[in-house]
Amino acid sequence: MKDRYDMIVVGAGPGGSITAKTAAKAGLDVLLIEKRQQIGDPVRCAEGVNKELLSTYIKPDPAWISADVIGSRIFSPDGTMIEMGEKLSGAEVGYMLERKVFDRALAREAANAGVEIMVKTRATGLLMNEGYVCGIKAQHMGNNYEIKSKIVVGADGIESKVGRWAGIDTSLKPIDVCTCVQYLMTNIDFDPEFCEFHLGTEIAPSGYIWVFPKGNGSANVGIGITGDKSTNGSVKKLLDKFVERRFPEGIIIEFIVGGVPVSRNIKRAVVNGLMLVGDAAHQSDPLTGGGIINSMWAGEMAGRVGVKAINANDVSAEFLQKYEKEWRSELGRDLSLSYIVKERFRKLTDEDLNTLGHSLESVDLKNLSLPGLLWALFKANKKLLWDLRHIFKDIKEIKDIEKAEVGI
Amino acid sequence: MAVSVNRNKCGYCGACVSVCPPGALELIETWIEVDDACNNCGICTKICPVGALEVAK
Ligand SMILES: Cc1cc2nc3c(=O)[nH]c(=O)nc-3n(C[C@H](O)[C@H](O)[C@H](O)COP(=O)(O)OP(=O)(O)OC[C@H]3O[C@@H](n4cnc5c(N)ncnc54)[C@H](O)[C@@H]3O)c2cc1C
Ligand code: SF4
Ligand code: SF4
Repeated sequence: MKDRYDMIVVGAGPGGSITAKTAAKAGLDVLLIEKRQQIGDPVRCAEGVNKELLSTYIKPDPAWISADVIGSRIFSPDGTMIEMGEKLSGAEVGYMLERKVFDRALAREAANAGVEIMVKTRATGLLMNEGYVCGIKAQHMGNNYEIKSKIVVGADGIESKVGRWAGIDTSLKPIDVCTCVQYLMTNIDFDPEFCEFHLGTEIAPSGYIWVFPKGNGSANVGIGITGDKSTNGSVKKLLDKFVERRFPEGIIIEFIVGGVPVSRNIKRAVVNGLMLVGDAAHQSDPLTGGGIINSMWAGEMAGRVGVKAINANDVSAEFLQKYEKEWRSELGRDLSLSYIVKERFRKLTDEDLNTLGHSLESVDLKNLSLPGLLWALFKANKKLLWDLRHIFKDIKEIKDIEKAEVGI
Repeated sequence: MAVSVNRNKCGYCGACVSVCPPGALELIETWIEVDDACNNCGICTKICPVGALEVAK
């Protein structure tokens, strides 16, 4: 470790590794630190990811792909099943990753690009100079260090402290966190070609239960609900109930817990000398809780803007607005839409969910696009159409999509 | 220290850290630390998916 770098990235999840790699490839001197002693472990993820999107960031490698699915099946409370092809299934369906291996592959790519990596190294504060973040305080093997840098990137996930230290309030309201428990199970009976989603206010209030195939007859069986519906330890109890009913013979070989931000867009993700990326910037999808692709997407943007800022010798918040603007216009718009749909989804009763399920039973969803699906839903549920129109009235993009693709 | 952590239950995920308004919690490798900023609000105890946190009476 040196005492000075161009860029320090805190957190070696997908967001941090991509940021660091992007910056190092363009010639910056980059340090990536990770507080855990093992990158990617314990996993806090159901490990599903869209194939096409993923391939834009890293070449798919069987070393970290544990299963390949062709679509998803959504179950409404009365058990009605809707089957959707991969295309419609969104950013969380496609490859099922082995994140312990995947996160390390990303870190290795960063290292190959010239990034220096330190594990078991925790950021404990920021160095400040005249209103600029100019490095970090860190702890490694019980020793304290001060390391300077022109830019710091906080990619420290849901528990982000880096933002808070810089004066950005990254705390989440319980309603804006999806709190999760997941078992990796074996000895279970399921279709290894499909991801399952189970809906219902009894089984997963304001959330869902998932079964994601992991290969070799095993699957990630998990639950996520918003924090306002959770009481002391209730999330695990709900999952246990489901597992007892659905997989009575199943055996749990891994147990993980975690939280995902499912909030509105964060108010700001940059200050002088600092950018936030990924879950730290609440860039995960509020509807699905998916965040792997988003954090890589944002990391790549932040890496590029960091390079420009350092080359221009200007790391002010004003210059870093380039990142802020870019992620908001590309990713932020999608996230806002997901947030609105999530808020609507939270209000649906079991009866509503069943009605929606029935209305799609006879529709062929294998090759439908998202607007096509919305249209099928609208056609069958006039009331829903009316409600959504009201919510969406300010979102121009949606109107454009409707016009172009479904002709409403 | 107002909040107690049951280390035998905690799965060190950091979800509680994200909701603590004064930032009194920190996840250090495999354990949660609570500092003096804790005001006993109890929000973290609700969010913990396994019920590892309790506000001491
Ligand atoms: C149960 C569950 C299921 C999920 N399922 C999916 C899914 O199927 N598909 C999907 O796309 N997304 C899913 N997600 C979301 C996804 O896991 C995250 O969005 C993604 O990991 C975010 O990446 P990141 O790089 O922003 O942060 P992280 O991957 O969380 O990485 C942050 C890193 O920063 C480190 N760190 C934190 N503080 C410090 C510090 N002070 N010093 C040094 N290092 C620090 C942490 O140890 C961590 O390694 C799920 C999440 C959960 C909890
Ligand atoms: S939310 Fe619960 S399981 Fe997760 S770190 Fe906090 S105390 Fe541990
Ligand atoms: S009780 Fe409130 S202040 Fe104390 S640690 Fe929990 S969330 Fe933070």
